[in-house]
Amino acid sequence: MSERCAVIGIGQTEHRESRKDVSLPGLLREALFRALEDAGRTLADMDAIVIGTAPDMFEGVMMPELFMADALGAVGKPIFRVHTAGSVGGSTAVVASHLIQHGVHEQVLTLAFEKQSEANAMWALSPAIPFQPQLVAGAGGYFAPLIRSYMARHDAHPDAGPMVAVKDREHGLLNPNAHLHLTQTLDEVKAAPMLWDPIRYSETCPSSDGAVAMVLANDKHAKGCKNPAWVLGTSVRTERTFMAGRDQVNPGAGQLCAKDVYDQAGIDPRKDVDCAEIYVPFSWFEPMWLENLGFCDPGEGWKWSMEGKTRIGGQLPLNMSGGVLCTNPIGASGMIRFAEAARQVRGTAAAHQVDGAKIAIGHAYGGGSQFFAMWAVGSKRP
Amino acid sequence: MRDIAIVSFAQLPSERRADPRDEAEMLEPIINEALGKVGLTQDDVGFTCSGSSDYLIGRPFSFVAAVDGLKAWPPIRESHVEMDGAFALYEAWVRLLHGDIDVALVMSFGKGSLGSIPDVLNLQNDPYYVQPLGLDSISSAALQARALIDAGKATEKDFADIAVRSRRDAMQNPFAQVKGEFDAKKILKEEPYLASPLRKSFCPPLTDGAACVVLATAEKARAICSRPAFIRGIDHRVEANSLGLRDLTVSTSARLAGERAGVGKAKVDVAELHAPFAHQEIILKEALGLDSSVRINPSGGALAANSIMTAGLTRFGEAASRIMDGSAKRAVAHCTSGACLQQNLVAVLEAE
Repeated sequence: MSERCAVIGIGQTEHRESRKDVSLPGLLREALFRALEDAGRTLADMDAIVIGTAPDMFEGVMMPELFMADALGAVGKPIFRVHTAGSVGGSTAVVASHLIQHGVHEQVLTLAFEKQSEANAMWALSPAIPFQPQLVAGAGGYFAPLIRSYMARHDAHPDAGPMVAVKDREHGLLNPNAHLHLTQTLDEVKAAPMLWDPIRYSETCPSSDGAVAMVLANDKHAKGCKNPAWVLGTSVRTERTFMAGRDQVNPGAGQLCAKDVYDQAGIDPRKDVDCAEIYVPFSWFEPMWLENLGFCDPGEGWKWSMEGKTRIGGQLPLNMSGGVLCTNPIGASGMIRFAEAARQVRGTAAAHQVDGAKIAIGHAYGGGSQFFAMWAVGSKRP
Repeated sequence: MRDIAIVSFAQLPSERRADPRDEAEMLEPIINEALGKVGLTQDDVGFTCSGSSDYLIGRPFSFVAAVDGLKAWPPIRESHVEMDGAFALYEAWVRLLHGDIDVALVMSFGKGSLGSIPDVLNLQNDPYYVQPLGLDSISSAALQARALIDAGKATEKDFADIAVRSRRDAMQNPFAQVKGEFDAKKILKEEPYLASPLRKSFCPPLTDGAACVVLATAEKARAICSRPAFIRGIDHRVEANSLGLRDLTVSTSARLAGERAGVGKAKVDVAELHAPFAHQEIILKEALGLDSSVRINPSGGALAANSIMTAGLTRFGEAASRIMDGSAKRAVAHCTSGACLQQNLVAVLEAE
C-alpha cells in the first residue's frame, strides 16, 4: 500500500419503491452529483469510475455501465464494473479504494445502484437453471431455514427478530433518505403475515429504486477536506455454495472477512467500534451477524438485539440509517452500508448520527451467505 | 509500483458447444492445469477474480456456480467483474499491488451456445432508444465496417485477407475453433453478406470456452517461472455508447489506453488484439500505432475462437505465452467490450 484512501464525498438518491421520474442514468446522476457537491469536486476531477450493481436482469440491460458511460462522465476514462451478488456494493467500494491505495489513481468516483421497479427481483432470483432444480423461493425462502437453524441452535427468543424490525424502522424515521418511514409496534410486526416461517412480511426488506455514490481520494486530495473518513481496513471473503459441513448460520467467510478488517485497522471489535452498518435484509440477520462479525459470543446476539444494545444510544448502535430493512436497492445496499459508516465518522449523519463516532464498520453479504465485503473507517488518518 | 507478471495460462479447447458441462466443470480442469504448470496449488493463491456475464447463460449470479469449481475452503479472497476476464486480470493486478499476497488466479468462462449471441448483445444498447430497434452486434459492426470503407481506409479485400490469415495461423493453435486454408477471392465471390459489408468469414465464431491465467509478484514469478511476462503497463478507457457520437473508423479509447500502457515506448514483437470482426483489427492497429513489423494474432485471434467474456483474457494468455516460450520479448495484449470497440483494455508485457 503506497497511499491512504479517504471518503471525501457521499451522495444518495431519494429511495422509493419506484423512481418512475428518472431513467437509469438519471437515477445515478442524482447520487453522483450529490457526492461530487459534497466533495467540492466536478466530474472532470475524477480519474476513474468504479460501478457496482446486482444481476443485470434486474433492469434488463446487459452491462449497463456501457450505455451509461457518457452519462456517468466516463468518456475517455476507465470505467470498471464489479458484480459479486448482494455484497457487490461493498466489493465495489473495496476495489475503488485499492485503486487509490496502490497509486493507480488519485480521485475515484464509485457508485452502486438498483432500479428494482424495472423488473421483479424475487422471480429474477429464481429462474429455471440448467442442471439444477428450480428453487422458486426468492431470497426469503432461501434464508428462512438458516434463521430457524440459528433459533434452534441458540434457543433464541422468538421476539428477537421482530424487535430488530421495530428498532430499524424507528431508526429509519430519522433518515430522510430511507425508503420506508414506518411506525411499527412489536405487536404490529408480529401480527403481519408469515411469508417464510419465521420471516414475517414486516421483517423483510423492501424492494427499492436507489443509488449511492462516493468520492474517494488520496492524501494529496483529502488534505484540504474538512472531514474525510479514512479507510482503515478492507476485506472480501468467499466460500463455496455446496460443501459438506458448511455452516451457513455462522459462515467462515464472514468471520475471516471481519478478522482481516479488524487486524488491518488494529482494532478490537468489542472495544473500539462506535457503530456499524451491517447488511440485515431479514430481521434475524442482525443477531446472526453480531455473532459472525465477532461483536459478541455465539448465542449472545439475540439477547443484544432484545436488550436494546443495538439502538442509537446503546452499547453498539447498528443500522442507524434504518438499514436494509428500510431501504433496499439491492446492488446499492452494500455500498449504502459503507457510505453510512463513513457518514458517521465524518459527523454528517444528521438526525441518525451517533455522538462522537470515531470508528465505524460497513458490511455487506450476498448470495446464500457465501460472499462478504467489509471496511472499517475512522475520523483520524491512520 | 510493484512488478507483477503473468506466469501461467491454460484454456479449454474452444468449441461450438461444450454441453453438458456447467461452469464448475469447465473451470476446474484449467484452474488446476494453470496452477500445476508453475508448481502451485489453490492453497497458494492469495486472490481470485473471475469475469463472466449472466446474460450468456440466462440466469442471475452465474459466477456463483463457478466458485464451486474452486476449492474455496478455507474461505478465499475473491471478486468478480461483469466484464471480460481480462478486466478480472486488471483487478487482480491492482490487488497484487497491495503487497500482502504474491499469487492471484484469474479465470473466465463463456457459453455462447446457450443463446443467440448477436441478439443477446443488443441488450448492451441503450434500453430506451436503441434496444427496441433490435440492433444486433453484427449489424452494428457492419455499420463500422461500412464507415471504414467509405472513409477509404480499407476494402472488403482487406477484411478477407485478415480472415484468411487468422484462420491459417489458427492451424498452429490446438485450442482454436475455426481454422484452415481459405481463399480470399472465393470468400469475396461466393459468401453472401450477413449484414453488408460483413460476410460470415469476417465475423467471429460462436464459441464455448474458458481460460485461466496466474499472476505473481516479481520475486515469486522468478522463482516459479523461467521467463515470466511482466506487466509493464496496463490501462483501460471507454467511449460513449451511442454510435452516432463516435467516429467509428478510429478507436479513441484504444489509443488512450495504449498510450497510458506505454505501447509506443519500444518495439513490439507480437500483439494479441481482441478484434472479433476482421475490420476491427485495422482500427486497433492504427489506434495502438502497430506497424507491419508487428506479428498480429499468431493464435488466430477472436476470428478463430470468440468465447464472449473469455476471448479478451485469452488474448492476454496468448500474448504472455509468446513471452514465456521465448518467441517474443515485448508483447501487447488487448481486450475490447461493447459495440464497435466502445471499451478497450491494453497491456504491455515484457520479458526481463
